[in-house]
Amino acid sequence: MEHTILNLVVLTILLSNIRLLNTSRLPVMILSVAIQGFVIGVLPLVLHWERINLSLWIIALIMIAIKGVILPRLLHRSMQEAGVIREVEPFVGPTVSLLIGLFLLALSYWITFPLRASLPEELFFVPVLALFTVFNGLFLIVSRKKAITQVIGYLTMENGVYAFGASLAVDHPFLVELGVLLDVWVGVFIMGIAIYHINREFDHIDTDKLSTLKH
Amino acid sequence: MIWSVVIIPFLFGLVSLLLRNHRTLLFLLLLGGIAHFALTVWFWLYQGQWSEGAYPGTSIVFLDSLGILILTVTSFLFLMVAFYTKGYLRNHTERSSITIGCLFFFLATMSLVCVSADMGLLWVAIEGTTLASAPLIYFHKDHRSLEATWKYLLICSVGIALALMGNIFLSYAGGTYIDSLHIPDLLKNAHRFDVRWLKVAFLLLLVGYGTKMGLAPLHSWLPDAHSEAPSMVSALLSGSLLNCAFLGILRGFSILREAGLEEWGGNILILFGLSSLLMAALFLIRQTDFKRMLAYSSVEHMGILSLGAGVGGMAGTGALLHLVNHSLAKGFLFLIAGNILTIYQTKKIESVTGLIQEAPRTAFLWMAGFLAITGSPPFGLFFSEWIILKGMIESEQWVPLVIYLVALFIVFLSMARYVIPMTFPASSVPGSPSVTGGPVSPAGSGGLSVSFGGKEPLWMWAPALVLASVTLILGLFIPESILSFLTVAFSGWGGV
Repeated sequence: MEHTILNLVVLTILLSNIRLLNTSRLPVMILSVAIQGFVIGVLPLVLHWERINLSLWIIALIMIAIKGVILPRLLHRSMQEAGVIREVEPFVGPTVSLLIGLFLLALSYWITFPLRASLPEELFFVPVLALFTVFNGLFLIVSRKKAITQVIGYLTMENGVYAFGASLAVDHPFLVELGVLLDVWVGVFIMGIAIYHINREFDHIDTDKLSTLKH
Repeated sequence: MIWSVVIIPFLFGLVSLLLRNHRTLLFLLLLGGIAHFALTVWFWLYQGQWSEGAYPGTSIVFLDSLGILILTVTSFLFLMVAFYTKGYLRNHTERSSITIGCLFFFLATMSLVCVSADMGLLWVAIEGTTLASAPLIYFHKDHRSLEATWKYLLICSVGIALALMGNIFLSYAGGTYIDSLHIPDLLKNAHRFDVRWLKVAFLLLLVGYGTKMGLAPLHSWLPDAHSEAPSMVSALLSGSLLNCAFLGILRGFSILREAGLEEWGGNILILFGLSSLLMAALFLIRQTDFKRMLAYSSVEHMGILSLGAGVGGMAGTGALLHLVNHSLAKGFLFLIAGNILTIYQTKKIESVTGLIQEAPRTAFLWMAGFLAITGSPPFGLFFSEWIILKGMIESEQWVPLVIYLVALFIVFLSMARYVIPMTFPASSVPGSPSVTGGPVSPAGSGGLSVSFGGKEPLWMWAPALVLASVTLILGLFIPESILSFLTVAFSGWGGV
């Protein structure tokens, strides 16, 4: 039973990453990152089903609420306020992004491979996909122009960090709590910058237009 | 007791947010600066535990020699900045409670970085510094400062997320030998760590905190943030914040050292150091903005710190001395840059000429600052760069040594090309590149000095002069006890 759920979680993480890479429509991206956030919030519960306790439940519920609901809704609102629904002319187009994504997946597999010995067989794909999610987020940040897409990229990366922590470091719950903090920080980030200021100052959230500062 | 160094500025910050009166706020800033510095001095006088080398207990805060060193530099610089800000902002009325409040929160989070005894808490504190300083960079509320703030937030957040991964790997490397990320605990058990994951952890910590420290090629937020922030904030960013990020890297490095990976980690630090030195030297060759010039000089000096720490031994001691010197010198240079900005109302190098006639004290300090920051004798930076050089000869690092000298030479020449024409009237420096500049400010007219009535008030030069004097004293006379203290601070308290 747990294995089925775990496989489902792993598959969802993979698919949401691929969807993030090959779409330029912001509502789709926000939905993908919301689904990804939700399953990553569920992940610690699935991974540690046998020794689940109250604090793990509380943290998991908080994470599901923040990653799956609150942050995507904030993103959605800032998208509507800014009136942008597409990432127009990214530095790297969807098809090439997908190819790069496959390369990143292989890279994550290669880096995580030495972990194989110390993990149960069925858990091995969790750190691989967590690392892939981190790389994917980084790639979205550098390859897209809109501020809001970069925030989505950051959120993706942060999902990956959290999933990685959940799959490796459950003996140190402090680290998981730090992940929560990072999430709250993203919330501040989105509210403070994406919605309020960039919106007021410019008609469009396009960091490429923010190029007054030259070397 | 140690917590007070964090809590006091935090409380001052909260009070500032509630106050509306501008003069009271500025007075509070000064009061807070004095209180924090007094506390730091008190630590030096009555809490000599960092000299002993034993850290019992499981408290998540401690004061070791490295922490107190950086705390003292931060506190002293903040005090001088508070004096300066009291004058600089006296005619500024808009929303100063947030600015002053954030300055206090910034001080509180930086102090927390210095006293953290847990890698997790250290991470939280460094993230806190980003949060507290972002509104300060957005001080001018225009397009340019918005862009700088955006870059700062995005790039540093990515860095901090990578550092969190570093912590996760660190915990994984420790496995069952550790039950928290308590630093003394980590050091004690470091030799039993899984070497492979420890290496990955250090790399991630280095990239994460290195972003915040401005090591090339991760420095791209730094010139924008430093040039767009108001000058007293730039002074704090460059003189204190970068040190705090360096402290994060040094903590990771000390764990590597205990695990017997000193050489491997040192080589990576040397590599980052050299790339920062070269990158800064290249970008300094062509600059049009004098605050950006100072920002790139910070990248250069962070490179020197990383290089010195990587070479280790005597160079490590030199790196810590250089950290102190750089903070003092860069702090007062940014304060003076704020004066120039007030007088000429521009950051363009070519629009500034004949500073010595407009504002002689500012000009004198600007020249002194240039000599200090480029490592000319008799300033402290010459001495610390010299110690690093000797350390490199001692450990026979010939290639880094050549790159180091070449980069320092390029930086000296490039900065001289800008600073000298800025200071003296155009006619007295024939052949200088900016002879044609200066339509905005005809040299010697004095017409642009209206903002302070043609005179230089005390706040403009006194804090900078104090900082300059300390740099000078550290160059002329440095007691053996300070050097041995720095050696202990750098080599840590190994073998606890």
